[in-house]
Amino acid sequence: MRRHLWVLVALLSHWRRHRTQLATLLIGLMSATALWSGVQALNQQARNSYDRAAAAFGGGKTAMLVGRNSPSISQQFFVDLRRANWPVSPVVEGRVRVGGRSYRLIGIEPVTLPDGASAMSKMGQAQLEKFFSSSGLTFVGPETLADLKMKEGELPSVDGGRPLPPLALQDQLAPGVLLVDIGTAQSILSMPGQISRLLISDQNVGRRKALEEVAGDRLLRVEAGEPSDLDRLTSSFHLNLTAFGLLSFFVGLFIVHSAIGLAFEQRLSMFRTLRACGVSSKSLTAVLVAELVTLAMVSGIAGLACGYFIASFLLPDVSASLRGLYGAQIPGQLSLNTQWWIAGLAMSILGALLAAANGLVRIYRLPVLAAAQPYAWQQTQQRWLKRQGAVALFVAVASAIVVYVGDSLLWGFVFLAGILLTAALALPVILGIVLWLGQRGAKRPLAKWFWADSRQQLSGLSLALMALLLALAVNVGVGTMVASFSKTFTRWLDDRLAAEVYLNATSTKQAGEIVAWLRQRPEVDAILAAWRTDVTMDGLPVEVLGFADHATYRERWPLLEFQPNVWGKVRSGTGALFSEQLSRRLKLRLGDRVTIPAAKGAWDVEVVGIYPDYGNPKGQIGIDIDALSSRWPDIDRTRFGLRVAPERVADLVAALRERFALDSSRLVDQASLKAESMRIFKRTFSVTSTLNAFTLGVAGIALLTSLLTLANSRLPQLAPLWALGITRRRLAFIELLKTMSVAFLTALLAMPLGLLVAWCLVAVVNVKAFGWRLPLYVFPVQLVELLTVAMLAAIVATLIPVWKLLRLQPASLAKIFANER
Amino acid sequence: MLSVHELTKSYRSSGEQLAVLRGVNLTLVAGESVALTGESGSGKSTLLHLIAGLDSADSGNIFVDGDSISLMSDGARAAMRRDRLGLVFQQFNLIPSLPVIDNLAFQARLADRYDDAWQDELVERLGLGALLDRYPEQLSGGQQQRVAIGRALAVKPLILLADEPTGNLDEATADEVLKLARDLVAKTGCAFLMVTHSARLAETLDRQVHLSSGLIL
Repeated sequence: MRRHLWVLVALLSHWRRHRTQLATLLIGLMSATALWSGVQALNQQARNSYDRAAAAFGGGKTAMLVGRNSPSISQQFFVDLRRANWPVSPVVEGRVRVGGRSYRLIGIEPVTLPDGASAMSKMGQAQLEKFFSSSGLTFVGPETLADLKMKEGELPSVDGGRPLPPLALQDQLAPGVLLVDIGTAQSILSMPGQISRLLISDQNVGRRKALEEVAGDRLLRVEAGEPSDLDRLTSSFHLNLTAFGLLSFFVGLFIVHSAIGLAFEQRLSMFRTLRACGVSSKSLTAVLVAELVTLAMVSGIAGLACGYFIASFLLPDVSASLRGLYGAQIPGQLSLNTQWWIAGLAMSILGALLAAANGLVRIYRLPVLAAAQPYAWQQTQQRWLKRQGAVALFVAVASAIVVYVGDSLLWGFVFLAGILLTAALALPVILGIVLWLGQRGAKRPLAKWFWADSRQQLSGLSLALMALLLALAVNVGVGTMVASFSKTFTRWLDDRLAAEVYLNATSTKQAGEIVAWLRQRPEVDAILAAWRTDVTMDGLPVEVLGFADHATYRERWPLLEFQPNVWGKVRSGTGALFSEQLSRRLKLRLGDRVTIPAAKGAWDVEVVGIYPDYGNPKGQIGIDIDALSSRWPDIDRTRFGLRVAPERVADLVAALRERFALDSSRLVDQASLKAESMRIFKRTFSVTSTLNAFTLGVAGIALLTSLLTLANSRLPQLAPLWALGITRRRLAFIELLKTMSVAFLTALLAMPLGLLVAWCLVAVVNVKAFGWRLPLYVFPVQLVELLTVAMLAAIVATLIPVWKLLRLQPASLAKIFANER
Repeated sequence: MLSVHELTKSYRSSGEQLAVLRGVNLTLVAGESVALTGESGSGKSTLLHLIAGLDSADSGNIFVDGDSISLMSDGARAAMRRDRLGLVFQQFNLIPSLPVIDNLAFQARLADRYDDAWQDELVERLGLGALLDRYPEQLSGGQQQRVAIGRALAVKPLILLADEPTGNLDEATADEVLKLARDLVAKTGCAFLMVTHSARLAETLDRQVHLSSGLIL
């Protein structure tokens, strides 16, 4: 053990004399761990909250019965099943707005509630009595209480509706949940005699009738442990985040690989001496691993601390995105468990070992004498470069196969990783060829040296350049995808939100009064009923929209594919329009026939058009408004779109608000709705942009650290030129020019690669993740901007080593020629 | 102490097998100092590397204190170098990031045979007292080689193997360094095998062995 310690002391002493290199290694590991653990912290925070949400009365932990074709079922099933010895408990669920924010209102019946279905087991006798009393209670979690800006005992009011019972705190409740007695919930959600689901207790209550005997085929049993709606809906979002985290992690590992490789190269003479002094290769490798693990632990801890801050910084945007996209409530305060810390440290250690694996194997295998040969390492690097080219070719072929064969989001990411890996591996080979061509074409001696020396320097810089290529390509890809989406989304919003005012009356009765009033208003050109209902198709939640027979829809509703006379077929009730994501999920094409589970029985329609419905996690079907009201006679007829001359919108909204007491959740003008949609859109992609910037920053650091590490080993190459009469200033300029040329070549290659990444994101990943495909636009100005940023990053990274060279004392250069010091 | 029997070694070069050693026999006893001379490429360094266990022979045997190196694993050879051999190279091969004092003690500490009194004596005899806190790059070539000799002898080896230890030094410094090495070898009673080009330096040792075309003449 003591022997190993002395070897470790000798190995560690290298870092005391090469602090920049140590900083490079630590920064690399720290960046990799920080970005990865930051993203994982966000995922963990969100998943914890989904688990809590799913555990709240259905989904995840408890088996339940739900409507086979409808989102709600009759309360009579509860009575019938209890009589048939089924230990079921009813739950009602819907969304309400309080103070302008949306909450999940859940109504329960505590007496029959299964054990372990919720936090209700902690409810004391006193609370239980109060819950059943006429005033009742509204249980909320601590985050919801803070959101409502209220205290226990206060009475929140549903916007435009009745007050909820007094608030009471239940620590275990998920954020965004308001828990009330089932009767209260049915009344507030306008669901008299209806329930959302029946939870099944696992207690044995003797023989019971078969489910089909009691309920026919109208109920569907969902077993415990199946993924919750939120899990399913948000998995793509988290997979995207994870992919970004992983990419940043690997960019960080490029720095580590580069620093470790150079440290091994610089310590070759030390390794030889250690071996000559009697240290076996096994022992040397073991101590090198111990050294690496020690460094990885130090930087891992620092990286985790940075990861925590990155996650805290991004959390508000992630929460807003998840709330906006999926209605998921994520607490704003980051809480992390020990598992996260341990996993982060493990990633740091594994990453360091992975980055050093190649070097460690070579140290273990390289004979003592071969290790002593001065260019053995570089020669091995050259051989490795050739193998790298072959691997790049293989990965390219494998990726091409994946894109044809693969049929899931994971395969989409595998393809994306494949093309990035191919490009990264091929980069040094391509740059090598370009530099070789440059060398062949050069006539003047200094120019010949310029190209030859650039080629020699390439092996030391290639990893940093690969990191730069990946970071730039991902930036171009994601930037192009977001900009294409933004352009498409803006146009789509203009077409989709054609009405100038949208209103949702509090009841059908009020809706009738509003319509009668509106008919008297000359500024209202059209009143378009926009009623809707929910169904379940193939286990998926689907919204059914009713289109009024009006030119607004016929002229402006965006359609991707459609049959001739599409609106005539919709109007006649024989055809329906399907959202793109639903058509993909159900594998529908124009002309296919589909059975919609309508309230008055199955309804057979033809797919006559497919329209984009960006950002909607649910499927959607558009049918004629009369068909909707005849097949779902009990739907709420409260929603309308109003066509109004734009200059008269403000007056009309003010008049409606004053006369019918409609707040902003029930009455909104088109401009506000668009602004809110764009705000959600921008927040959704702000996380991506921040991670993009971080990745580019890490790539910049990779370039800087590689150049700094290389700077010292450059002296033997530069000293002969200085001795031949080339000034330090000119040498510094040549060094700058060399780095800028390879960085520029890399950045140029990153542009087409980035566009390929963008294509992969819109045509493969988005389709698999969200079910819709975007048109791809190229934005030349954006590409030029990014190219400029890359060159600026390269200049900043090059300036420090060049400045060091400019300030170098002639004695340091002269030292290179001294045989004896 | 050291016995080499019918040692052969060849390398593959440009597709051809090149025989470097073609049946070398050599014996060294305790306290004996031997100079190994020969033309460039005659196999002197190869022989030294094989004796040190840094490379493997094609055939033949090397016995150090009765143990056959040929039968040893990499770990056992490393342990033999650590505990029983002292190596000195032309390029000094000190650990650049450790100061002189730690370089001197390094192998002895590895072998768990660090001896304070012997260490002090080495420092004094090698004239390194004022240089203990310096790093190798702050020393002259002669000073570096003195540290390398001190490191090799700190472990009190059975055999000191030196490959052109004065090749990088001027004549006066070379004489001084070699004299120090001879004195210390005499003090420890170990065997000393030195590869050298210099006939003048070779004559200062007990015996000269000439290697030519892979054979000892």
